[in-house]
Amino acid sequence: MLSRTAENLYWLARYVERAEYLARTIDATLRVTALPAAYIGKTNEWDSALLTAGVAASFYQAYEEANEHNVVEYLSFSQNNPSSIRNCIEAARLNSRSVRTALTSEMWDTINSAWIELQAVWSKGTSTREDLAKFLRFVQETSLRFDGSAYRTMLRNDAYWFSRMGVHLERADNTARILDVKYHVLLPEEEHVGGPLDFYQWSSILRSVSALTAYHWVYRETLKPWLIADLLILNDTLPRSLASCYGNLVRNLDQIGVAYGRQGPAQRHARGIRNRLEHSNMNDIFQHGVHEFIQEFIADNSRLGEIITKQYLI
Amino acid sequence: MAVAFDEMNIPGGDLRPAYQELARWLKETPPEALEYRRQEAELLFRRIGITFAVYGDSESTERLIPFDVIPRIMSGKEWARLEKGLKQRVRALNMFLRDIYHGRDILRADIVPDDLIFQNPVFRPEMNGQQVPHDVYVHIAGIDIVRVDAEDFIVLEDNARTPSGVSYMLENREIMMRLFPDLFARHRVAPVERYPDELLAALRSVAPQSASGEPTVALLTPGVYNSAYYEHSFLADKLGIELVEGRDLIVKNNEVFMRTTEGLKRVDVIYRRVDDDFLDPLTFRPDSVLGVPGLMSAYAAGNITLANAVGTGIADDKAIYSYMPDIVKFYLGEEPILKNVPTWRCREPKDLAYVLDNLSELVVKEVHGSGGYGMLIGPAATKATIEAFRDKLKREPEGFIAQPTLALSTCPTCTASGLAPRHVDLRPFVLTGSKSTTIVPGGLTRVALKEGSLVVNSSQGGGTKDTWILDE
Repeated sequence: MLSRTAENLYWLARYVERAEYLARTIDATLRVTALPAAYIGKTNEWDSALLTAGVAASFYQAYEEANEHNVVEYLSFSQNNPSSIRNCIEAARLNSRSVRTALTSEMWDTINSAWIELQAVWSKGTSTREDLAKFLRFVQETSLRFDGSAYRTMLRNDAYWFSRMGVHLERADNTARILDVKYHVLLPEEEHVGGPLDFYQWSSILRSVSALTAYHWVYRETLKPWLIADLLILNDTLPRSLASCYGNLVRNLDQIGVAYGRQGPAQRHARGIRNRLEHSNMNDIFQHGVHEFIQEFIADNSRLGEIITKQYLI
Repeated sequence: MAVAFDEMNIPGGDLRPAYQELARWLKETPPEALEYRRQEAELLFRRIGITFAVYGDSESTERLIPFDVIPRIMSGKEWARLEKGLKQRVRALNMFLRDIYHGRDILRADIVPDDLIFQNPVFRPEMNGQQVPHDVYVHIAGIDIVRVDAEDFIVLEDNARTPSGVSYMLENREIMMRLFPDLFARHRVAPVERYPDELLAALRSVAPQSASGEPTVALLTPGVYNSAYYEHSFLADKLGIELVEGRDLIVKNNEVFMRTTEGLKRVDVIYRRVDDDFLDPLTFRPDSVLGVPGLMSAYAAGNITLANAVGTGIADDKAIYSYMPDIVKFYLGEEPILKNVPTWRCREPKDLAYVLDNLSELVVKEVHGSGGYGMLIGPAATKATIEAFRDKLKREPEGFIAQPTLALSTCPTCTASGLAPRHVDLRPFVLTGSKSTTIVPGGLTRVALKEGSLVVNSSQGGGTKDTWILDE
């Protein structure tokens, strides 16, 4: 297939995934900030939301204070923030238009109708909490529908695999970023100074990767920080864990390798990351330092993005 | 201006045979039902994303072309005659182009004046002596046809460069069949759906000799911001060929390749929807980012077929148009089946004098204009507009032609106040491959939605209709 088509499919999937993640982050932050101050301590949750979205620096160039109004505006609607939900949806629609021939009509319809519907939100904004909640839900549903129609209607060929790679790479990045911002509340008990306050922090982390219920099914335990870290990093049954994302990335890259009859640096690099995740356990990671581990992962993950681009997309 | 030919009603109250069943159906169908279907059609168009961009209109860069649900109907007999005329015309266009870029018999015979060719910006000296496979220059032609009476078909304009609109022909039919299955059950409408297959066959038949047995065809688009982008992606999809932009292509050793995820892949035929000027920055406009550097040298080397060929603009130029009846006679030795609109060439002093004296009754067109822009419709224009045009004409007479204001035929059309006659034209699409010329029965009917308006262009408030040729 055309390199540009593959590139568009890959980025289309990334944009949709990112929009959903942003919507989840805002949603989870709204919840936690609605609690009385005594339950969440002194941290500015809106500031963490900016950090997990990776846009704190550009935000502070435009705004002075990270409060609900400013951050919601910046993450959801701002045209100056290249990865606001609005810009993700606009970019997804533009990408869809340029690769229409590679999309199934169901996928196109999902993006196009969401785009049409959201034009009204862009022009009117969300004046109430209810409007905002509706909007955030709509964005998440759009992503689910897009993912679902891709899964149900696309041919299982390179177009599908490139699109899935976009999803998993973006997802791994998002999960890693939450961990990066919140790692201090996930440290093992003895090193940890927070106390029961952190319960709400923990549930908020799980909520932003839609894993709160999953946690209870997997561990049958009350929320424990090292188990949360285990779930999000190493548990390959959780679709948003780093291990699961890399299991899928390796599989997709292998499928492409087989179809094209050759492997390359992307396959090797992805396998390297997957092996490291497979052979780690939480003890080692805490020994080594969660923060360092995550930082390394984020760098490796974005390096894979560059390698894929070089090998296939340009 | 004469009274317009009504395609449905015969003066005196009778119906033309092709419309009898439709009229019966309309009588049985309550107006609300029609209105409901109309809204449904609009929703479908918007969801499918059948939109076009209007240049210089920043407010809404994507708009729908209004779709009128009442079909325009023609009998099989009428179509047969039109089809014959279209094939004749396109054959002549191709022979004319072959001649202009080779022997130039027609210039030596003094049928067309030299300066109209050589001083014409759309004449491409690069094409002199260049061989094109099977001597086909115009693989896809859109010939704009109007009717003024029951007998004659008149060619308003030949489009021999990158005619658009065929996606509307196909989608209009799809949507009509979805919305009005009962109406189709009562008619025998000739299908149009084989157009993509015929187009692909025509394109493959003109692949260069150096191509492999299974030539690779690609559609070259200027990109998502082009007004006809929807059509480009639609056709690429229906033909099952890659939709490429200039940046996807690269020329190496005078061969054209596309960049794919598996490396470079050779392309043999390009159905290009990019104008000549933008095709190759090394040959034409150096500032073009839409084209492919080196494309013209691959073309000269005979390793790539461009459809349509480069330089076809010289055949559909409005100044050449007036010579078309002579061109048909010269190459084919036949009387032209399709008529031309009588045309005054403002470059000729006698014609210019007549035009200046009769501006308020004439349509004046720019020789190089298109899309209905830069046009004077005398009877509908204000005094000031006419005077402004008079100045332009005097300054640059060779830039204009003039024609009588035609009373385009009318068809019943949905309007705010119920069904009413509106003026229509027709653009059939004529495909020429190595062996044959084919036309899918019908074409794109464009309708001027404003009462009395004669401008059918979508950029100026025109809409479209499904076009039915009855299979008798």
